[in-house]
Amino acid sequence: MFSVSCKRWLLLIHCLLLSSCNDAMLNNPYPAKEDKQSILYSSFSERPKHLDPAVSYSSNEYAIIGQIYEPLLQYHYLKRPYQLVPLTAAKMPEITYLIEDQSGVLIKTHVEPEKVRFTDYMIEIKPGIRFQPHPALAKGKDYFYHNLQVEDLIDIATITDFEHSGTREVVAEDYVYQIKRLVHPKIHSPIAELMKEYIVGLKEFSKIGKIQDPIVFRAQNISGVEVIDKYHFRVRIYGKYPQFIFWLSMPFFSPMPWEADVFYGQDGLADKNISLDWFPIGSGAYMLSENNPNRQMVLSKNPYFHLERYPNSGEPGDFESGLLADAGKSLPFIDKVIYVLEKETIPYWNKFLQGYYDASGVASDSFDQAIQFMGDGKAALTPALQEKEIRLQTAVTTSISYLGFNMIDSVVGGRSDQARKLRQAISIIIDYEEYIAIFMNGRGVPAQGLLPPGIFGYEPGAQGLNPYVYDWHDGYHRKSMATAKRLLSEAGFKGGIDPSTQEALVLYLDTAASGPDDRARLNWYRKQFSKLGLQLVIRATDYNRFQQKIRSGNAQLFLWGWNADYPDPENFFFLLYGPHSKIKTGGENAANYQNVVYDRLFEEMRNLANGPARLEKIHQLQEIIRYDAPWVLGFYPKSYSLIHKWYQNLKPNLMANNKLKYTRIDSDYRARQRQLWNRPLWWPMVLLIGVGSILLWPAVVIYRRRKKAVINAR
Amino acid sequence: MIQYIIRRLMYTIPLLLGVNILTFFLFFVVNTPDDMARMQLGQKHVTEQAVSKWKIDHGYDLPLFINSEKGSFNKITETIFYQKSIKLFVFQFGISDSGRNIGADIKQRMWPSLAVALPSLLIGLLVNILAALLMVLFRQSYLEFWGLVACVVIMSISALFYIIGGQFLFSKLLKLVPISGFGSGVDALKFLILPVVISVVSGLGSGGRWYRALFIEEVEKDYVVTARAKGLSETQVLFRHVLGNAMIPILTGVVVVLPLLFMGSLIMESFFSIPGLGSYTIDAINRQDFAIVRSMVFLGSVLYILGLLLTDICYTLVDPRVKLL
Repeated sequence: MFSVSCKRWLLLIHCLLLSSCNDAMLNNPYPAKEDKQSILYSSFSERPKHLDPAVSYSSNEYAIIGQIYEPLLQYHYLKRPYQLVPLTAAKMPEITYLIEDQSGVLIKTHVEPEKVRFTDYMIEIKPGIRFQPHPALAKGKDYFYHNLQVEDLIDIATITDFEHSGTREVVAEDYVYQIKRLVHPKIHSPIAELMKEYIVGLKEFSKIGKIQDPIVFRAQNISGVEVIDKYHFRVRIYGKYPQFIFWLSMPFFSPMPWEADVFYGQDGLADKNISLDWFPIGSGAYMLSENNPNRQMVLSKNPYFHLERYPNSGEPGDFESGLLADAGKSLPFIDKVIYVLEKETIPYWNKFLQGYYDASGVASDSFDQAIQFMGDGKAALTPALQEKEIRLQTAVTTSISYLGFNMIDSVVGGRSDQARKLRQAISIIIDYEEYIAIFMNGRGVPAQGLLPPGIFGYEPGAQGLNPYVYDWHDGYHRKSMATAKRLLSEAGFKGGIDPSTQEALVLYLDTAASGPDDRARLNWYRKQFSKLGLQLVIRATDYNRFQQKIRSGNAQLFLWGWNADYPDPENFFFLLYGPHSKIKTGGENAANYQNVVYDRLFEEMRNLANGPARLEKIHQLQEIIRYDAPWVLGFYPKSYSLIHKWYQNLKPNLMANNKLKYTRIDSDYRARQRQLWNRPLWWPMVLLIGVGSILLWPAVVIYRRRKKAVINAR
Repeated sequence: MIQYIIRRLMYTIPLLLGVNILTFFLFFVVNTPDDMARMQLGQKHVTEQAVSKWKIDHGYDLPLFINSEKGSFNKITETIFYQKSIKLFVFQFGISDSGRNIGADIKQRMWPSLAVALPSLLIGLLVNILAALLMVLFRQSYLEFWGLVACVVIMSISALFYIIGGQFLFSKLLKLVPISGFGSGVDALKFLILPVVISVVSGLGSGGRWYRALFIEEVEKDYVVTARAKGLSETQVLFRHVLGNAMIPILTGVVVVLPLLFMGSLIMESFFSIPGLGSYTIDAINRQDFAIVRSMVFLGSVLYILGLLLTDICYTLVDPRVKLL
């Protein structure tokens, strides 16, 4: 009896051990049939709020709609500095300036005069571009789904449940219709107010009220936006606004078929979460074939995607690094992109190491596992990651983090010598090099001016030095504590003492912070101020309260940052432009900085094309900011990306939203590597069961002994 | 009993109204409609006009509780509280502030929550009872002592440790199950193994001790002595008599949590990327989506009240001496 049982156990153990040699990947979170398909796996931690191109404005939303919607222009994938090239436009917009002659008549000129009344953008779009297949465009004699009744929706749970779908060519009117949508009262586009200031007639158009019927809405006209013919339209803007061209590369200016609003506006669809906000209709390389923000979102190749080829040229070094291997080939390369809901960083990181995600950022929890710093201070991958042939890509983002002074504050604000010297002293003692080392694992570059690398006007080395905070000796060296103390003394606060109270000067720092990590960070700021004998009181609050304080001008010092909308210096210098003062106009000048000279220079600079004249203006603007110090110029964050060897054609491009179409997956290689890295281990389980059985033996003994004792007692 | 159930259901109306007022009050103490609008509209280029437009469109431009500008009954009805709360009582959750149908989302997300919670409860119950009965069987031996020590140790460790440790051991080192994710139908099984095992193990400490205490109380009673005197073995006494008589407190503990299984578990769902209702609520709080928060609190309250009612009914089924009047 015993021997039979023993044999069975041995057989079971043998089977388990054998299965450990099996190739099945038990920890594979995806169906086995997907193993060798050209699928990119990525994730999202929070579902996007909007996928309507008139409303979306955050990076997680752009990661999706950037692949679906196609604006007129795009950033060249490989060339640097960032360069706009036509996407659905046949060529770059033809820009015409309109000036008034002496009799007040508008006349056209192609040169850039000083007094421009209007600027016309004549846009030609490529013929033959078609929208993705969509039920809104399904058409026989008439549209199939433009008059849906309640009973038609009984079996409809999602957009793919509609039997028919259709397409049609993208025409100029679709772009104009989208511009109209920007100011539709029901749509809440974040750039509606901004665009009303620029596009001629848009403000008046927005006052036509809530027109529910899309067909009536479509028939209304904006005086400054005109459809010339099927492939041409013209946008007229007030004065000169050279940065308008950058907006044309954003999803706000993608074509939208009027049929989409007719379709989605029907009763009953919104109740099933079928809306334009969740099921886009674009002409891009991909279409959203599954949108379950509760679990996963899937982008599939758009079967009607027009011909677009991989760039033939890039910047020096691109050829050597293999980025031009696919030059001239038809896009896109990847068949499907699956975004999986992944809320925590630890599972994400482990799945990336197992090969189940193709790329990853570097979270602070896993930083030490991934990155090591070499003798020369450069970041490199740890041996464990090198062994897996993972690549590290770093890029300085087009963003800046700063500590702002409220310039209307009676102590730190204003342009008096006393206040300026206090601000300069504080700028010196906040040691952002230390901050970057401690809190950012070295992922940042201390800022010398307003402009981060990659933006026209940024200058590295001695030329880009902030002489009020740093000295140049073969590198940037923060000025000494003695300099800061001298400035503080000259500001009237010798030793950090406020003469009016004869106690340490108390300053208040407002910030949006709540987590335990923030406590250490804020204590660090307190310590920096205490170097000068200043007492810093932290007023940490949630982001809404923080914004409210900034809006009402109740903050004294505050921590904030800015991420560029487009790669132009105007998009940074406007943050300190007087008429954009937060307290007066609700603009983006949170420091409420006012300087007539700065404002004049800014107005001149923003209208100039990149060149020596513009660079000169930028030098002057930078000098004013460094001297006046309305901000402690903090740092430009650096992004670190880890990429598996099989994920190819990936080049950091901080401006492009539509990068996926250029990338490629070597799915065969990935399948092999996954197999290698994910063989299940059974023997520890067998061991565990064995040890458990041994531990149970005393129980059996006790039970038998007690049973025997009861029998004996009887 | 019918009368009793009707009476209890009538009690729920003021209770739910109170819960709703409290949720509403707490939410709007920390968030103003302006905050909500700014959260939904994003961070850049948000103007006052855009904020007021959003509030009008979403019905947050009205006063909170009393509309002094209106007359008679409209003073109450033309308020955010009335407009946003009244439909909840007929389970119309409406549209979330970010534009999705809440009812449809709840229907979709309750199944993954249930898929984890139900097996965790049933297997956990079985394992806990078994462990408790074994401890009673081996009472006053070193096995009981070490069993209790193990329970205390299990209880003392944070649930988060079990999750991260479990993922590390079973998914990363042994590579036996996926670290996180979810699938449809049978595909979901491989994703459920680890969360269920972790739920069962992490609950074993408190569950084992609680049921042991119940059984120890029973084991000293006269009917157990009689059963032994009749010559029944100790296992027969425990599994047939003691377990049967301890069913009332076991049922109380189980039935009351049954409806709440739909509500999901926050940490578990978050770490295992299970798209259930636990993470839905927390996401809504983080996004300041009041429409979802009030719906979920309301639903939680209804389910809890339902759980208590079911418990009372179960008493009568298990113990015929109990009458509901």
